[in-house]
Amino acid sequence: MPSMTGAELLIRLLERQKIKTIAGIPGGTNLPIYDALGRSERIRHVLARHEQGAAFMAQGMARSTGRPAVCMATSGPGATNLLTAVADAKLDSIPIICITGQVPLSLIGTDAFQEMDIYGMSIPVTKHNYLVRSAQELLHVVPEAFRIAASGRPGPVLIDIPKDVQCQTIDVPRLPAPGEPEAAPDMDREAIDKAARMIDHAKRPILYLGGGVTQSDCAGIATRLAEKGSLPSTMTLMGLGALPHDHPLSLGMLGMHAAKHTNMALEECDLLIAAGVRFDDRATGRLEGFCPDADIIHIDIDPGELGKLKTDCVGITADVTSALGALLDSISTQDRSGWLSRIGELKKQYPALLPGTDDPTSPYGLVSATAALLGPDAIVTTDVGQHQMRAAQAYPVTRPRQFLTSGGLGTMGFGIPAAIGAALAHPDRTVVCFTGDGSMLMNIQELATAAEQQLNIKIILADNGALGLVQQQQELFYEDRKFASSYANRIDFTTIAKGFGIEAVDLADCDSPMAVMTKAMRSTGPALIRIPVQAADNVYPMVPPGAANSTMIEGASNA
Amino acid sequence: MPNTANRVVLDLIVNNHPGVMSHVCGLFARRAFNVEAILVLPLGGGETSRIQLLVDADQRLDQMVKQAEKLRDVHEVSLCDAESSPFEELGREFAA
Repeated sequence: MPSMTGAELLIRLLERQKIKTIAGIPGGTNLPIYDALGRSERIRHVLARHEQGAAFMAQGMARSTGRPAVCMATSGPGATNLLTAVADAKLDSIPIICITGQVPLSLIGTDAFQEMDIYGMSIPVTKHNYLVRSAQELLHVVPEAFRIAASGRPGPVLIDIPKDVQCQTIDVPRLPAPGEPEAAPDMDREAIDKAARMIDHAKRPILYLGGGVTQSDCAGIATRLAEKGSLPSTMTLMGLGALPHDHPLSLGMLGMHAAKHTNMALEECDLLIAAGVRFDDRATGRLEGFCPDADIIHIDIDPGELGKLKTDCVGITADVTSALGALLDSISTQDRSGWLSRIGELKKQYPALLPGTDDPTSPYGLVSATAALLGPDAIVTTDVGQHQMRAAQAYPVTRPRQFLTSGGLGTMGFGIPAAIGAALAHPDRTVVCFTGDGSMLMNIQELATAAEQQLNIKIILADNGALGLVQQQQELFYEDRKFASSYANRIDFTTIAKGFGIEAVDLADCDSPMAVMTKAMRSTGPALIRIPVQAADNVYPMVPPGAANSTMIEGASNA
Repeated sequence: MPNTANRVVLDLIVNNHPGVMSHVCGLFARRAFNVEAILVLPLGGGETSRIQLLVDADQRLDQMVKQAEKLRDVHEVSLCDAESSPFEELGREFAA
């Protein structure tokens, strides 16, 4: 192996990790990396318009494939612009590798132009991070970064590389093996046996499935476990798809915007089997009031999650696949007809009411019309707000990695760049992005990237001229004092989209909205479909923040 | 002088590089774990360091240990008695 520069070595190592696409933006301190990247025959670069967009594109690739994806930025503002999307990846356990340029080692600490301590700034938002001090270090740092990002509970890793390290020439006699995920830790068989006995003895058990089921790729095992034990199953926002939406044992999403019967069933359960979940407050409501009569089995690969919030659980540190697989072998087959008929009663008593699903121009109808037009192969991304909760309630999610959404951080601006990333990783599929006008404006510049790449992305914009979920909280919890939550200056989003080179249609005052929507969906390349909706339409039911999940506010249609 | 009653010493063996203190202190700060006192010295050839943290021995101790163990630069976490720890003697030195 001849001598090479740090930048060339980096690109070679990324190629060996089978990276095919990198999203990023060049700048002063990462130009040597870009010079080497430009000469790569195996890696395609996608030029983002904002570094946050680049990191969300990497997330879209990683969330839709399960494999680590890479983004790049220059030092200073380039690197700080990444941080929101890195934090988002941290909270949702998404494996991305962020590679930032840094000022030369000799200038670190001098307040040099575009110098910022991104190593220090990224500590709280990464699983691990590096400031590389020699080209030699790249030989272990890069494979290790990929190993850390994908092992155990996945997460983002940042590698900060000073410009002189990128330019340093070293002899590389042998390249290291690519970094692969570590094997999961051995699980405690006794705890599994105990859990299996608890399930067998439970009268009213519920399976509570989260993003860990997706990460561990065990939706099939989770479904078979539910079926063998007749376990009604609820999913977190991150876990949607663990059971197909129409599975008879599926209770859909739990928590703040769950169907009321789901939260009421949890209220009655005597055993909660929590797998790959972290008892987030949006899922549990007031924790003391969550499953008040239940024993809890908590399975997670991250030991830090066990006992973090619920302290009296049977905790099992394990890969969810192995643990659910072992439980599947150990539990007895049961029909639990009494409990399932009680669930049926709750479903009748508190049905999931999604008004207007027949009308493609209504807030729920736009979700169901999109699903009907695109079928089960489409990948869905959402932004954050009312449209996100409606999509989570109403989209027929049938498999993991189909529904990509910012769960933990709740980042407006996620949807469009994540859709670009998903489309880059899945050129054969249509990707639909549900967004709102507030969210769309937070990364609208990436429409330029979508147009440039001619990706098959359909953006469904529910435009209410407001921060809808903020207004909803102001109406319900601040005596209707709406403030700073509506946009006096309405924007013509179809004109803007066209300005970016994207086909755009408006369903306002449209005689045949379904026909217009169908045409836009069936076209190739990116398209925007704008649908005006009313800001006064709230998302129901809703658990007030801090209240128990049994306290649900219901709208007129649910009353 | 640090009060060692109802406290315990978290003993960490860590990689010795410039970012490690930020990682350890940042973790305790952002998870709101109270750290009363801290002591760091390099070990052997300087590849690793030993950090001792005097912390509250409350119900959050288990979380502190688990979260500290997750840091990639932390090799070992163990618990030691706060009484008869270096903090007692250092406390007297600092107060003198």
